[in-house]
Amino acid sequence: MTPLLETRNLSRHFKVGSKLFSHQMLHAVDDVSLTINEREIVALVGESGSGKSTMARLLAQVYTPTTGQITFQGKDLTQLRGRGERLQYRSDVPMVFQDPFASLNPVYKVSHGIKRGLKLHRPELDARGRHEELLRVVSAVGLKPPEEIIERYPYELSGGQRQRIGFAQALAYRPKLILADEPVSMLDVSIRIGLLNVMAKMRDEEGVSILYITHDIASARYISDRVMVMYGGHVVESGPTETVLADPQHPYTQLLLSAVPDPRAPLEITTEAAKAEPPAVIDPKPGCRFRARCPIAVDECDHVTPLLQPLGPDHKAACHVNAPTPAV
Amino acid sequence: MSTPTPPEPTVRDEGPALLEVKDLRIVYDSPRGPVEACSGVNMTVRPGEFVGIVGESGCGKSTLLFGIAQLHSAPARIAGGQVLFQGRDLVRMPVKELNDLRWRNIAVVMQSAMNALNPVRTIGDQFKDAILAHEKWPQERVRERSAEVLRLVSIDPVHLASYPHQLSGGMRQRAMIAMALLFTPDLIVMDEPTSALDVVAQRSLMVQIKELQQQLGFAVVFVTHDMSLVSHFSDRLLVMYAGQVVEFGPTRAVFDTPSHPYSKSLLDAFPSIRGPKVPLTGIPGDPPNLAHPPAGCRFNPRCPVVRERCRSEEPELFTVSTAAEVEVLSRCLAHHPSDPLGVELVPEVQSS
Amino acid sequence: MKFASLIRNRKAAIGLFLFTLTVLVAAFPGVFTTDHSPGTLGAFPLSLGPSTSHLLGTTSYGQDIYSQLIYGTRQVLVIALAAGGVATVISVLVGITAAYMGGIVDEVLSLFTNVVLILPTFPLMIILAKYAGQSNMVMISVLVVTGWSYGANQMRAQALSLRNRDFLESARVRGERRSYIILFEMMPTMTSLIVANFLGSALYAVLAASGLQFIGLGNTSSQSWGTMLDNANQAEALQSGNALWIIAPGLAIAVLSAAFALMNYAFDEIGNPALRPVRRKDLRRSRKAARAAAAAELAAEKGTADVYADAS
Repeated sequence: MTPLLETRNLSRHFKVGSKLFSHQMLHAVDDVSLTINEREIVALVGESGSGKSTMARLLAQVYTPTTGQITFQGKDLTQLRGRGERLQYRSDVPMVFQDPFASLNPVYKVSHGIKRGLKLHRPELDARGRHEELLRVVSAVGLKPPEEIIERYPYELSGGQRQRIGFAQALAYRPKLILADEPVSMLDVSIRIGLLNVMAKMRDEEGVSILYITHDIASARYISDRVMVMYGGHVVESGPTETVLADPQHPYTQLLLSAVPDPRAPLEITTEAAKAEPPAVIDPKPGCRFRARCPIAVDECDHVTPLLQPLGPDHKAACHVNAPTPAV
Repeated sequence: MSTPTPPEPTVRDEGPALLEVKDLRIVYDSPRGPVEACSGVNMTVRPGEFVGIVGESGCGKSTLLFGIAQLHSAPARIAGGQVLFQGRDLVRMPVKELNDLRWRNIAVVMQSAMNALNPVRTIGDQFKDAILAHEKWPQERVRERSAEVLRLVSIDPVHLASYPHQLSGGMRQRAMIAMALLFTPDLIVMDEPTSALDVVAQRSLMVQIKELQQQLGFAVVFVTHDMSLVSHFSDRLLVMYAGQVVEFGPTRAVFDTPSHPYSKSLLDAFPSIRGPKVPLTGIPGDPPNLAHPPAGCRFNPRCPVVRERCRSEEPELFTVSTAAEVEVLSRCLAHHPSDPLGVELVPEVQSS
Repeated sequence: MKFASLIRNRKAAIGLFLFTLTVLVAAFPGVFTTDHSPGTLGAFPLSLGPSTSHLLGTTSYGQDIYSQLIYGTRQVLVIALAAGGVATVISVLVGITAAYMGGIVDEVLSLFTNVVLILPTFPLMIILAKYAGQSNMVMISVLVVTGWSYGANQMRAQALSLRNRDFLESARVRGERRSYIILFEMMPTMTSLIVANFLGSALYAVLAASGLQFIGLGNTSSQSWGTMLDNANQAEALQSGNALWIIAPGLAIAVLSAAFALMNYAFDEIGNPALRPVRRKDLRRSRKAARAAAAAELAAEKGTADVYADAS
């Protein structure tokens, strides 16, 4: 099955440094190759600074890649010509944002973004068709009654309701893949489940794939089919969600899992690894980027950057100790 | 990973309660009339105890916290009740006395360190300000104490010369806690101090707070919307809904056998990373508009086990009869002493 | 804008009232005075004091001061609104474009704005007016040239703070054209600042125009408050006892400026309901009530009546 979206050795570097002629480069994303298939939810998990948000913006074409390629439905994104094709990609791969309080323009009613989206991306619909579609997507995300909701202004809706509008906006394009950048992080924990259920419903009923970017591995487990763990701009582990969570091989994945508060499990005291902070990767030397915090680091980790090695069906990890490069 | 051992409890049962909130009512004066954000809240905190206050956004928990610390400002005002700290009522205390208590006996850690710390002054300078506002210590002693508290939270004292933006999020939050510890207060109130942090930094900070509690013996009142976060650290848990306390009891009791449908629904709203994957529903609907709360029990429009009676009869905070003689309070008609509602609240997932 | 809330805000209500009055006078001067050619020399006896037939007296040239004032309103108002309007349009376009486009466009526009900003305005105005002639159009142009740069920086700052807001990125990701985003997504959220900018520019124009007219630049043949001031000053009105000739136009200028300032002052509160303060008198009432309630409660408990300082 051809994947819906594929990246190959995707990198994005940013120039940093205050001096006028500094050449320091921040490696936000480095050498990331991932695939997303149809009708699946892929979770991209990592802390802030891991590069996950940059990945979202690369896929949304907000940033252009420094190196590497992105292919969508077999076509390289740099091959998109003309406003028509570019617009088509934007409607196939829309984005949902994190902050419910900033994602809607406060001076317009909440239906404004959806209406504009329909106008730009669904030219086959006439005014009546657009109105019907507007009502359909608003109720598809669980906001009822839709006729009443579309007349409201953002300040009249709660955070959870506003996020649902964000998803409705994306749905209005009839998308193939939704890029959801931490869509529930700013919502109360009890409201998150509602949104997560909406996302799962979209995969099941509308056949939409979702790239779910989050730092909360528990919610990633709840709805995603596959998970990718990022650290310092690299993907350090990937595979089917249940497999990775049941048998994590990368020490960072293990750390993430142990840090999740779970009232039903006994407390595990943190090790020193938890105290350190994820690095800002500026002009990195070769070697594993997790080595400073890794409890099982060996010499090789200092000199050689580990690559993703297969561990099982579709399960990969980049660790010299737990997933060593097979001897030639 | 190391062997799992729960942290030692820090509560000291002897002596009177450190903090007693009695029937506190806090009202916001809006252009459309007064809105009650806290309706008759009662709670106690014993010396060295960790009390978690949990609830959704808008339930009044932050208002309650600010009311306790007497940090509320117009249009919020205290409309009734008492806040007794070591027997003295903070609500009616003159400002001069309050300022004496502040930071020495009661300290506050805010939600966002980036907003609470002055961006144009070094950490050391801000610590100095906090110290000199209450004591006339010589420079040397100020510097010593500042370095000491930074070491307590595992920050290298060299950062006294750093500006807030030079520290990471987790470090800034720990610097805030260090500042709260300058005078080793008896009580520290914290308003969602971990919400801006990633999960690993969050866990690390919670463990740190607990360790400091064991070391220095202060009590903590911790406000959060994330129940699971405090589950391993709090001694008692207070659940708030629509400005009222709906459940208050030992943490384990609230988690294992929740006595209020809201607490149970909250618990069920957490996806787990262990055990079988269960479809969850969360809590349907939204919290009520506090200007027009529902008649009867305020949770009735969203309650999974609601009965007719709940829509007209307002439940009080009843004492729940539990086996182990631990006091649990619940605001549900199911626990009415003489006329209980016949509903069962069984948790969905048993704790391991 | 909701008029009801405009009226309820006291500052805006006063400002609006003064402004409306000025507009009426400017539009229908004939209604307010019987003397329809106030410029005529020698129409009335010279230097009279105030009386029922001459509310403010007459000038030393025999002109009725009151009707001069009435007829002078139009020119001042037209200059203020026109100059204020055009300056605002330029500052909005320059500021927002610089902020949104960023990069080299921002650098160039900001440099240009800042250079114009630091040019000494009054000497510049004098030079421009002297060499470009003395018509009203020139006056308006001069005021626009010297007045747009301050607002441009304000607009740029506000637009910069909005630039990375999610709803703008959402529009970008949606595929909207840049011009659409600037005009229909960004600008509508800045209306209160734009209106404030306009009112500020208009205020600046009133004062600057009057100032220029006072020193003899500007259209001396038509009626205007500034010209009145100039004439009165030349004729040494204060010293010769005809103080009203100077005071009247001066006061009129102050009143119109105050109208703009009051509306400006209050506009932000109206545009953003979140900024509205709880009416202070209600607050005092509620604080008193709280203290009384607390005292009453305690008195009931303890049986004594104490008076407490600050309850909060």
